[in-house]
Amino acid sequence: MIKRIVILLVLLMLAFIFVNLAASYSEQTSLSALGHYYVEQGPSELGAANLVTAVVVTYRGLDTLGEVTVLFISAAGVGLLLRRTRRKDDHEDLEQGDRAEETAIARKPASEIVETATELLLPMVILFGIYVFLNGHLSPGGGFQGGAIIASGTMFLLLALPESHISRLMIAITESLSGFSYVVIGVLGVILAGGFLDNRIIGLGTYGHLFSAGAIPLIYVFVGLKVGFELSAVLDRFRKEDSGPL
Amino acid sequence: MIALLTLLLCGGILISGLLAVLLDNLVSAVISAGLASLFAAVVYVVLAAPDVAMTEASIGSGLSTMIFLYAIRKTRGKD
Repeated sequence: MIKRIVILLVLLMLAFIFVNLAASYSEQTSLSALGHYYVEQGPSELGAANLVTAVVVTYRGLDTLGEVTVLFISAAGVGLLLRRTRRKDDHEDLEQGDRAEETAIARKPASEIVETATELLLPMVILFGIYVFLNGHLSPGGGFQGGAIIASGTMFLLLALPESHISRLMIAITESLSGFSYVVIGVLGVILAGGFLDNRIIGLGTYGHLFSAGAIPLIYVFVGLKVGFELSAVLDRFRKEDSGPL
Repeated sequence: MIALLTLLLCGGILISGLLAVLLDNLVSAVISAGLASLFAAVVYVVLAAPDVAMTEASIGSGLSTMIFLYAIRKTRGKD
């Protein structure tokens, strides 16, 4: 009874907050002072044609580093938790039959349609992911989006060929190297340019070209690789029953 | 026109979200949740935020649905 009253109270309070928010909403007709600065100075200061990228990677670069860290921690947590479950199951022989049946289902091959479509689409999906993070400073998209698209490619692969093997060692090495390089570029910004994650450590190049916007394409390549490999590793860990350390 | 399209898509998000909560079959519920993400991704494109839409489409409706399905397979029969 008391529990219900508490739930009702919380719901009423939430409703009050949201009604207030919706009632006081008015469409902004001009940019805020900070937004105005970004729009005015961003293109000439950082040389990125896609202003969203200039804000995400440079002006708010620390937030992006934080996001990459969050993703890294969640991938590490998934690895840790799923390994523990496996060890516990090793000692429980009760569910042996159940487990064998599950493995049989897991290894059932995919239909021919899925396999053919994957063979056709997989290279294109991976290439599109790379395109998205390489052109992050020119067109919509960037490291996170490109990485997620590459991980979708891995998902296709795992769906079509459940037996396929993904090297844990390669994933670990690529992931650590890209994360490390990202931070190194950030620190180089402190030494060579205006501050942590400043993109002006190399020349800005011609506005709107592929090799422009200083270190932004470099940072996005590392972020894209890291995100793509991390998400692939998470998928791989969820798929496998007997997941080894590497 | 764009307002009408946005409203229709938001209705789609609401309906698939409700289905995700109400459906008894876990697999159907997960698919509905992925559908809600897919509608949301289209709304982001309509509202001129393609960067967010890419993330939503690939992570929200692709990868997280897949991870939920793997998790359901792993815990099946244990509830």
